[in-house]
Amino acid sequence: MSTAGNSLWADAARRLRRNRAATASLAMLILLALACVFGPMLVGNAYDRVYPDYVRVPPSLQAQPTADLIAPAVERIASRLRARATDISRDGDTLKIVLEAPRAIDERSLAFFERSDLFAAARVMSREDDGKRLTVEVPLERNYFFFGTDGNGRDLLARTLIAGRVSLAIGLLATFVAISIGVVYGAVAGFAGGRIDALMMRAVDVLYSLPFIFFVIMLVVFFGRNFVLMFIAVGAVEWLDMARIVRGQTLSLKRREFVAAAETLGVSATGILTRHIVPNTLGPVVVYTTLLVPKVILLESFLSFLGLGVQEPMTSWGVLIADGARNIQGNTHLLVFPAIFLTTTLFCLNFLGDGLRDALDPRDR
Amino acid sequence: MAPVLAIRDLDIRFRTGAGELHAVKRVSFAIEKGETLAIVGESGSGKSQTMLAALGLLAANGGVTGSAKLNGIELVGASQSALDELRGRKVAMIFQEPMTSLDPLYTIGAQLVKVLRRHKPISRVAAREEAAALLDRVRIPDAAARLDSYPHEMSGGQRQRVMIAMALAHGPDLLVADEPTTALDVTIQAEILELLGALQRELGMAIAFITHDLGLVRRFAKRVIVMRGGEIVEHGAVADIFSMPKHDYTKALLDAEPAGRKAPVAADAPIVLTADDIRVEYEILRGMFGRRTLMVKAVDGVSIALRAGETLGLVGESGSGKSTLARSIVRLAPATGLVRFEDRALLPLSKSEIRPIRKTLQMVFQDPYGSLSPRMSVGEIVSEGLRVHEPGLTASQRDARAASALEEVRLDPEMRRRFPHEFSGGQRQRIAIARAIVLRPKLVILDEPTSALDRTIQKAIVELLRDLQARHGLAYLFVSHDLATVRAMADRIAVMKDGKIVEEGETESLLANPRADYTRRLLAAAFTGKVERVKGIEPSS
Repeated sequence: MSTAGNSLWADAARRLRRNRAATASLAMLILLALACVFGPMLVGNAYDRVYPDYVRVPPSLQAQPTADLIAPAVERIASRLRARATDISRDGDTLKIVLEAPRAIDERSLAFFERSDLFAAARVMSREDDGKRLTVEVPLERNYFFFGTDGNGRDLLARTLIAGRVSLAIGLLATFVAISIGVVYGAVAGFAGGRIDALMMRAVDVLYSLPFIFFVIMLVVFFGRNFVLMFIAVGAVEWLDMARIVRGQTLSLKRREFVAAAETLGVSATGILTRHIVPNTLGPVVVYTTLLVPKVILLESFLSFLGLGVQEPMTSWGVLIADGARNIQGNTHLLVFPAIFLTTTLFCLNFLGDGLRDALDPRDR
Repeated sequence: MAPVLAIRDLDIRFRTGAGELHAVKRVSFAIEKGETLAIVGESGSGKSQTMLAALGLLAANGGVTGSAKLNGIELVGASQSALDELRGRKVAMIFQEPMTSLDPLYTIGAQLVKVLRRHKPISRVAAREEAAALLDRVRIPDAAARLDSYPHEMSGGQRQRVMIAMALAHGPDLLVADEPTTALDVTIQAEILELLGALQRELGMAIAFITHDLGLVRRFAKRVIVMRGGEIVEHGAVADIFSMPKHDYTKALLDAEPAGRKAPVAADAPIVLTADDIRVEYEILRGMFGRRTLMVKAVDGVSIALRAGETLGLVGESGSGKSTLARSIVRLAPATGLVRFEDRALLPLSKSEIRPIRKTLQMVFQDPYGSLSPRMSVGEIVSEGLRVHEPGLTASQRDARAASALEEVRLDPEMRRRFPHEFSGGQRQRIAIARAIVLRPKLVILDEPTSALDRTIQKAIVELLRDLQARHGLAYLFVSHDLATVRAMADRIAVMKDGKIVEEGETESLLANPRADYTRRLLAAAFTGKVERVKGIEPSS
């Protein structure tokens, strides 16, 4: 044994590191969080940028536009110019297009090319037949949609990552809110005991009896849809469980001899709560937290699925999944990718929670 | 004649987080038919694990090699079903905790019937009759009626009797008794041992008697094995080992009874504590809505006084109210009466008024595992009182005081950065003592401070406490059920029973000439191992 102490936390961390599933989950979660925080800056497409020409593009590792998209797009633009594309040849990232029309083609309307998401500005190479036959060179705009695009032509990768930010932020913040209120409330009620305890816990019971969905709908009706409201709604409901757990822990802890010892030392009630009781409840609290985060993420998804959650163009995994579910027949990718992210997160959090519970359980000491 | 149980080269290892733990190292011994073999050692010596391993009851992370043969049948490596067939029928076990070994949801009768029908094809009615006979055999009065009792309706001693009845259900060849009396009061301890002895003579079974208490061994066993650190250090007839122990460890164990006496206090020492007519009553709610109440008098009109530098030993069995009295003085239990500590009446004071007084009125608790906050470092634990009573100190001054207090209880001050779970029971109790004395108290209430510790460690703690007392002039109120420890600690003894003091007097004269009947019984039970010191009691054969 070294002279530096091994706190119970250090012990628990050591045990957690030995648990392969939990460590892998933790690494995965960190990776996911980093991807969601920094990913949107690297993707290249903004999450709210609409590409009208790329509606419901399937996921692909190749740059867009793909060959089979080019011809119809050129045809479409040509028809607007009241011309026909008689010859399209591709040379790397540029197209050479021969346009023929019964009347002279207005060169200004070549701007249609630039307005398209597929092409950059067109350059006229040669004019023949008094402008009835144009040869133009059009550079291609290269875009990558690894996850495809949604029904409005927005990059699903960027949206999934942005949604991850929202979901994880709600998950963590609402959990933090719930835990802080719950731990303080539960510890105070349990430690005070008697009439105060009864009063505080009856208040909890009253809040428990509110149906959650009605509660949220009511909030939405009064305050309008709002991101902050999500925290309040979720936090206000989820701290109740925490308060009960911590109260139960406190009730058994305050009968322990170290609390009696602190009392005979003359330690004040606040001192006993902060130094002796709360630190000793943290084991179960940490475990419950890892279970609460996925619960909150699911709650948020559920609310968003119902349309009570975040507002477009901002999005969350729940919103994306709801959207995907509506398009499940033709465009499965809209459902698959956000679902993979959500389930991976939930799985990892649950594994981590299991690992933490085992690590903090002092039985095998 | 072949032995009932022959253990050869038994080796037990546990895989733990901190690596492999070699708990038992190639142990060999045998138990003959009908004999009592005592296996003695302190906690962690591997004495229980050896027997558990032989019966295939090791924890999941344990591994066994070697051989353990019961009536010639190999047990190590035997299948679960083969072991199930033997356990309960040929070999039975009783444990230390009679409170937790019985299922609280079933009646005694139901549990006995289940055990009986497990290995015997008999009807429920016949099994019930046999169960009543078994209870009768273990001398539970009115056995047939008690079959319908639940475990919580019986006392600790009766529960242990039920456990014994269960173990005897199939007339085993070997009974493994793992500290069967440790959790019981001394007078009940004696009764249970007597019962085991009588049953052994009746049924002719062998008993493996696992204990840490050499006093019991002398009374109960013929042959003894002394274990330490997973090895057998000495093995022989009880008489030989007691008269001429060979191994140093055995000598230390035999010598482990707290020795020496406390130096007497001056007659003119000032009185620090007087408690007058202390009563502690608890209301127990009965009936469906708690309308009927039952008053339980835990402490019933007790008066004590204590001089500076003096130790009053408060002796009694569990439920006698001695701990409640001690706790009521530091206001951990609600009491009425008059408690005067250094000319201040404590009971009328409010929580904040009493806080400054707590500096000089400290307490050390029984359970060294429960009385230290597990998430605080030892330094924080010891210096917490300073935080309250000397708020002027800086963190480093507090740390220095904690270090010197640890030094006083003979712990390495460097250890203050460690956490309680890294210490043994004796070290933790030293930490608890350091926490009390760091405030330089005048009176320390010691609530069974040595009861949870091994004998050799008890002795060291008693010496430490006496030493601290001499150095700082502390007064002790020493609560204990262990007369040997009290004798080494106290100037005066007060014997409590059912919330009242039945006898009080100077230690030596009270132990030599007990007047109250109850004191006499207590003494008989406690000192039979060392009978020569107590008059009027015949040594058992």
